[in-house]
Amino acid sequence: MSRQGPSGQASGLARRHSPGSLALALGSGGQVAVLGVGMHPWGKWGANFAEYGVVAARAALDDAGVSWSEVQFVAGGETVRNGYPGYVAGSTIAQALGWNGAQVSTSYGACASGSMAIDVARARILAGLCDVALVVGADTTPKGFLAPTKGERGDDPDWLRFRLLGATNPTYFAFYARRRMELFGATPEDFALVKVKNARHGLANPMARYRKEVTVEEVLESPIVSDPLHLLDICATSDGAAALVLTSLEFARRRGIADPVRVAGVAVVTPSFPNAVIDMPNFATDSAAAGGAAAAGGTPGRLSFRDSIARAAYEQAGVGPEDVDVAEVYDLSTALELDWYENIGLCAPGEAEKLLRDGVTTLGGRVPVNPSGGLACFGEAVPAQAIAQVCELTWQLRGSASGRQVERARVGVTANQGLFGHGSSVVLTR
Amino acid sequence: MTTRQQVAEVEGWFTLDGAEPRLLGLRCPDCGTYVFPPRAIACPNPECPATELESVELSRRGTVWSYTVNHYAPPEPYVAPDPFEPYAVAAVELADEKMIVLGQVAGPLDGLAVGAPVELVIDTLYEDDEGEHVVWKWQVAS
Repeated sequence: MSRQGPSGQASGLARRHSPGSLALALGSGGQVAVLGVGMHPWGKWGANFAEYGVVAARAALDDAGVSWSEVQFVAGGETVRNGYPGYVAGSTIAQALGWNGAQVSTSYGACASGSMAIDVARARILAGLCDVALVVGADTTPKGFLAPTKGERGDDPDWLRFRLLGATNPTYFAFYARRRMELFGATPEDFALVKVKNARHGLANPMARYRKEVTVEEVLESPIVSDPLHLLDICATSDGAAALVLTSLEFARRRGIADPVRVAGVAVVTPSFPNAVIDMPNFATDSAAAGGAAAAGGTPGRLSFRDSIARAAYEQAGVGPEDVDVAEVYDLSTALELDWYENIGLCAPGEAEKLLRDGVTTLGGRVPVNPSGGLACFGEAVPAQAIAQVCELTWQLRGSASGRQVERARVGVTANQGLFGHGSSVVLTR
Repeated sequence: MTTRQQVAEVEGWFTLDGAEPRLLGLRCPDCGTYVFPPRAIACPNPECPATELESVELSRRGTVWSYTVNHYAPPEPYVAPDPFEPYAVAAVELADEKMIVLGQVAGPLDGLAVGAPVELVIDTLYEDDEGEHVVWKWQVAS
């Protein structure tokens, strides 16, 4: 280990100070290698989630040239729709691969679960507790709206928002979309152009579920789900799996890989009070009545929760948005992708539509966003999705993203958000 | 048609006063932070050590921060009418409380727009053998 002082001291620093202090505490030693990546294609396959997980895990191990018996730590992303085996996804998949005695964890942070699993694996490697970790997330999803847990659950805000409001996930996506229209003059055509771009990006991706060009007219003529969002503005739910083999840089070097893709920052941050934007599954925002400049709906100059997510990962990595060559962001809706351009610092608030229309975020542009095709082409497989984002950026940074390669990509960032206050951002460098 | 028994679909979140219904929230006596729904364990302001919050009625009027009209029936536990009717949900900014509170939108949607003034009403969520299940909603102010 190259860090100064005992690990307890470093984590104490990280707790007391801003995320920037974490980069300081870890120095350049705060990186781990992405030695292998693998996925099971996204779709509606109707199989057990663990089957997908095993396929992805084996692909990642093959890609890394690491055998399952060498894996010392398994970090699973939990799925809440597949019963007990899903709650203990790490061990379910470890057992399916054949018990090998590895230490195990399973993480849940809604859509941030995958990043949380990555963060746990990274921490163990950096702490010197293991050299080789397998991170895996897999899901089998039902058709239609994601629904809350069954039963009479009057103390569960996720249950209550459906019961009392009919506030589906697209309800919240639509609130944000309408804000863009109101504040920045965004149009349904702008939103549709995100779908058109991502559909084109995903054409050559063998892991994508939807590989078909879509026109603006097709988006606008698809049924309205939550006004102003159409069916083709909103991502589907899918089956799928993604896995990573993360190792110490020393281990990678011993395997003859001196220049691996590196995880340089992982931010699974919570909001700061008062969180002034309405987030799933809440009935209300925090109140800003205690003083300070924050007003309901957000205040210029104050970082919103979504602004803070990639910021924290950048600070750990010692890079900024100006360094980013490629990004994978969570396009749960087309309009939300535009929000992310601003939240991850690619442009100022209100400029995302121009960035899109100018082709900056299209393959061939300055900072392609969602070269994988994004959720528009994948549909969401909750615990796998944040890991899939890292798979895509790893292929991009290796220069092996066939048919969708971003030229000379050296720095990539992922961004997403899980309900109940989970940020998720990973910075990869090479 | 006889007037049916009104059943609040959730206990303690709103008053059933027909003319001037109110949302029931919490307020921190130390720092002034409001909370809705009224379920905080302690003051959510991390700078404030208070653990006892007082029950308070929230403002009846606010302005629309954003809204949507949903055209598909949500999954359970939402009780959707048959045939299904599209319904609106609004995110409403309360000036004094400096917070946004969601609610379905009651009545005609004419005039529903970002920035439009709305007021709180109590309205039917669904009906069954038990009676008329009611919940708070926002209505475009006349």
